[in-house]
Formats: sequence, C-alpha cells, structure tokens
Amino acid sequence: MRRTNSAPSRPRIATIWLGGCSGCHMSFVDLDEWLFELRRHADIVYGPLVDRKDFPEDVDAVLVEGSVTNTDNLELAHQLRARSKVVISFGDCAVTGNVTALRNLVGEPGEMVYRVYAEHPDRDGQMPSEVIPDLLPQALPLHHVVPVDLFLPGCPPPAPRIRDALTSLLGIDDTPHGIRFG
Amino acid sequence: MHNTHVIDPVTRIEGHAKITLQLEDDGTVSDARFHVTEFRGFEELCGGRPFQEMPALTARTCGICPVSHLLASAKAGDAIMSVAIPPAAVLQRRLANLGQIIQSHALSFFHLSAPDLLLGMDADPSERNVFGLMASEPEVVRRGIRLRQFGQEVIEKVSGRKIHGQEIVPGGVAEPLTDDEVIEIGYKTGEAKQTTLDVLAHFESLLVTRFGGEVKNFGNFPSLFLGHVGPGGRWEHYDGALRVVDSQGAIIADDVEAARYKELLAEAGNTDSYLKSPYWRAAVGANGSPWDGIYRVGPLARLNVATHFGTMLADAALQRYRGRTGEIATSSFHYHYARLLEVLASIERIEQMLGDPELTSEFVRAEAGVNRRRGVGASEAPRGTLFHDYEVDGDGLITGVNMVIATGHNNLAMNKTIREIADAYIDGPDVPEGTLNRLEAGIRAYDPCLSCSTHALGQMPFQVQVVRPDGELLTELRRD
Ligand code: SF4
Repeated sequence: MRRTNSAPSRPRIATIWLGGCSGCHMSFVDLDEWLFELRRHADIVYGPLVDRKDFPEDVDAVLVEGSVTNTDNLELAHQLRARSKVVISFGDCAVTGNVTALRNLVGEPGEMVYRVYAEHPDRDGQMPSEVIPDLLPQALPLHHVVPVDLFLPGCPPPAPRIRDALTSLLGIDDTPHGIRFG
Repeated sequence: MHNTHVIDPVTRIEGHAKITLQLEDDGTVSDARFHVTEFRGFEELCGGRPFQEMPALTARTCGICPVSHLLASAKAGDAIMSVAIPPAAVLQRRLANLGQIIQSHALSFFHLSAPDLLLGMDADPSERNVFGLMASEPEVVRRGIRLRQFGQEVIEKVSGRKIHGQEIVPGGVAEPLTDDEVIEIGYKTGEAKQTTLDVLAHFESLLVTRFGGEVKNFGNFPSLFLGHVGPGGRWEHYDGALRVVDSQGAIIADDVEAARYKELLAEAGNTDSYLKSPYWRAAVGANGSPWDGIYRVGPLARLNVATHFGTMLADAALQRYRGRTGEIATSSFHYHYARLLEVLASIERIEQMLGDPELTSEFVRAEAGVNRRRGVGASEAPRGTLFHDYEVDGDGLITGVNMVIATGHNNLAMNKTIREIADAYIDGPDVPEGTLNRLEAGIRAYDPCLSCSTHALGQMPFQVQVVRPDGELLTELRRD
C-alpha cells in the first residue's frame, strides 16, 4: 500500500462490524502476538477494540464484517467506502450474506419483529420502535451496496488467512500461511 | 440549552449499543437508558431446520462465545433424543466450556477493559485501547494474549476449530480426544496459571489503591442472583441445577431444573431496544414492575450462588474475595474480579481433568432419533446462564425456538448501573469525556455480548443523549 502524499505516514487500518456475529473479529483477535507486529506497521484507527466513535477520513484499508441489515449499516457502508482506499469484505456474511441473510427466506422483517416481540404470550406486546434503526427488507452482502476491492471468505476467515491479507497489503512479509490454490 | 447526551456507539464492548441520558435543567439526571439496536432473527430463521444442525447454526449468533451455544444447543438435542451421552463426551464438552471461559474472560479483561483499568478512565481516548496498552504495558498485553490463546486452543482441540467448531453435536461429540492433544494442553496450563495469579494480585492491589469509587458507584445495588451450582453448592458451568439467592445470601430457589425456566422468568419488552428485559416472575406482584424482579447472572452471580470452587488456588482467592466483598458481592464492578477467579478455577479444573483416562475414550456419541417433541438445553456461558428451548416435529425439524441469552438477563441491571454512574459522576450539562467513558465502563463490567443477546434483533451503538423533561432532545454527544 503506497501513499502518494509527501509526508510518509503510517498505514491506517480500520475494522468494522455490521450484521454479523463478531466471529470474524474474534478471528482477527486470534492473530494473537502477531498483533504486536501489526501495530509496528500500521495504526488501527477504528473498530470495536478502540474508542473512536465516528468512522475516520483517510483510511487505507477497512475490514468489514457482517452483512448490511439495517439503515445504520447502510449509512456506514457508504461512509466507509467514501473514506477508505481498500474495502475488504471480511468473512462470509459480508461476502455472501451467509447466516445473517437466512432471514431473507423467512419473510418481511416487520412481521418477524412482530412475531418475536409482540406475539409471544408472556410479553406485553411492546414493539421496539424508538431510537433503533429500521431493518432493510433483506440482509445484503456488502458488494450489493458499495463497490468492494477484496474478498476474504470464511466463517470466520481463519487467522492465518487474515494475516496473509494484511501482510501483503502492508508489504510486511511474503510468507503465505493460509492461502492455497488448488 | 442542550441537555441530551448520546454515546454512540459504545466502544470496546462486544456489540452495538447506545446510551441516552436525560438531564434536568439543573443538571441532575432524570433518565439513563441503554439501547441495543440490532436484529438478526435467529428465532425465526431456524424454523424447518433439522435439530442436529442447530449447534452449528446457533453458534453463529455469537463468535465470542460460540461454545456456549454449541453446548446449550447440543444439550437441547440430547433431550429431544432422550439420551444420556457417554462420559467422555461430557468431559470433552466440559473441557471446551472451561477453555471458553478462559478465552472470553481474558478478552474482556485484557483486550477490552484493561485500558480503563490500567491506563485510567480519563486516559487519552486515542491511546485508551489494547494497542495503546501494547506501548505502555507490553508484557501485560502479551501475557493476556497468550492466556486467551490457551483457552482458544483448548476449544480447538475439542470442537475442531477456535471459532464455530463443528464437533459438539446432539448425542455427545464427534471425535475422541487424542493423547497428544491432552499432552499439548497440559504443557500450557502452568504459564496460564501463573499469568492469572500475577494479574489477580495486581488487580487486588488496584482495588485498594485506585477503584474505591468504582466499587461504590458501578452498579452497587441489591438484586437477585441466578446461576447453576453443582453438588454441595460447588461452582458449576455445564451441568448442575439453578439456584437463586438474594443480596443477603438467602436462597430464594434451589435445585431447579433448567427446563423449568419459563415458570420462573418472564420477559418484558422495550420500545427503545431490541434487547428484552427478563425478570424474576415471583418477585413481581400483580401490578408490580419488572424492576421488582431484577436479577443478575454471570461471574458475579455464579460466585454469589456457589459456596466454593473445589480447587485449591481458586478457593484461597475466593476467601480473599469474600473478605473484600462480603458474603454476597453487590457491586457490578466486581464482575472483573470474579472473572479472574473463574479463569483460575477453570485452569485448575482443566489440570484435574487431564489426568482422567476417560477423557480419551473412543466412545463419544450416542445415536438416537426423535424421542421427545421438546428439548431444553442450558449452560453457563462466560456472561451467564444460557437457555436454548426447541420444539420439533416427528422428523426432528424445528417448529419452535426460544433462546434466553446471558446478556439479556442483565438488561435491567445494566440500565440501573448506568443510571447510578450518571447520578454519581454527572453534575451539570457539560459532561467530560472521562465521565462518558465511565458510563461505558459500567456497561463493559458486564462484558455484554450483544451479538448474542440480540440474536433476535440487533445492533448496539453506544450513544449518550440528553433530553429535557418535556422530551425535547437537547444534546447528542458523540466523542470523536
Ligand atoms: S462470517 Fe461467520 S464468523 Fe463472520 S460474522 Fe458471519 S457468521 Fe460470524
């Protein structure tokens, strides 16, 4: 990843979690002590592990976990695309919709929410409607919403595969661990 | 004048949440709410699937504690098949859950909360994370990472993968454990134990020197506590029966089979969150409010319902713990402390199990068809009691699913905790960043797992809004 501006600066990596189970992020955490190596070469500027509240400008690469399920996700997807050079669909939910998109087979989300929240005998019929974002009619893979540069499949992608992607992006080391062809 | 603060999203938690604070004109807090904003629809999308497929499917509710879902789901499957699984399968499943408690608690402590605990609640937000901690406390981070890695490797040996393993199945487990795998686990227990003892000693000293205010104000209120216990009241994480105690230590319910959870717990809905609020039914009178039935689950509750761990080092630590907290710990800040004790006990239990020749037996799976139309499985997830409740047709296809998730049980308590912290630390409409972080830290103490808890719906950004008494939104505070 080369930067064209004059002052040499460290690559800026973000990770983000849309409609997923966090398993892809856990696999990222499974990089274990290699996270020290990553920190030597790049700054993690946004993601569940750090305290920044808004998606920053000038991100070099972003790993996107999960599919696009609600209006918040949709807004974030456009924002991260506009602010990042390389967008990576991180894991099967982002790549294909995967388990998160199984809800598409069941029907209209408003009816599902009604069944889960209002119809159960023990509940007082209150429906979540304030503060929380609206569900999209379908949970979508990321590339249905914004252009995606790289796809990192797996449920979750194993840590060695994540490491290979990051090392080649950052030009750290050229020993592949997880990617095999054929 | 602006009076609503929104923290959005809540960071360094496992999920998406917002917090809304409402302040009066004089700056006193009139309301504090915690919102979970994601819906995934698991209760719906499982319909028509074979029950044998449910462990692998429901593990995808949560990548942090997939083992808890694998276990509760497989146990619900055992119940549908009406089988007693082979002893080696019980041992393997227990081993996986201990690995899970270690890795998940290590993640909560080192990766998510240590920046607050070691750098301070008011530290520079751009450094207040695990990567910042790598610079100032590299050895602590390294050892924490290796401790979590140990837990993940135990899980991998039993379930086939670190995340979303496929080998915990209805009827038992899919593969025997090999002698080599047992030896490899054995090599690593020593380092894991030493790390835990060292960090425990460090944390105990910080409790005295640094965290007096947090212990007093982070969710320090009476409530009921729910968890499983084993024979003689021993700490339990996989089998056993439910016990409920109150803040005085009186036993409110005991020896309750998990399958009866619906008689005991009710769930209130919320209009501003996808997370429901379960409560203890019997404590709420005819016109009472769910708040009368507030209870907590997870490490704090498990130590309150249990009498002892049954392992040497953990029991010695438990004695020191109770010397500080009293017989019943009521401050949610002690979730951190309780977590470290559970890690220690888990490592000791693993050590005990590795010597059991049954662990590598080749008989690991009972085969049967559908012998019951309903099955309930429960386990103690790192965050607390987890129930999976399935109904099937004659072919074993799912016709109904209910899941009650650990983080959900704590919903009322989390709301009460942020209210307490807001009351203690907020004085006027200008809320400093460090105070917002304290609110988030109050949530982090529960280590909420929001992908699980909103398995039904949901994402949870952390957001503070200040709203005037008449409902007008005054400030939305976001930190950049
Ligand atoms: S791809 Fe798998 S591990 Fe990743 S978020 Fe989706 S279900 Fe979870």
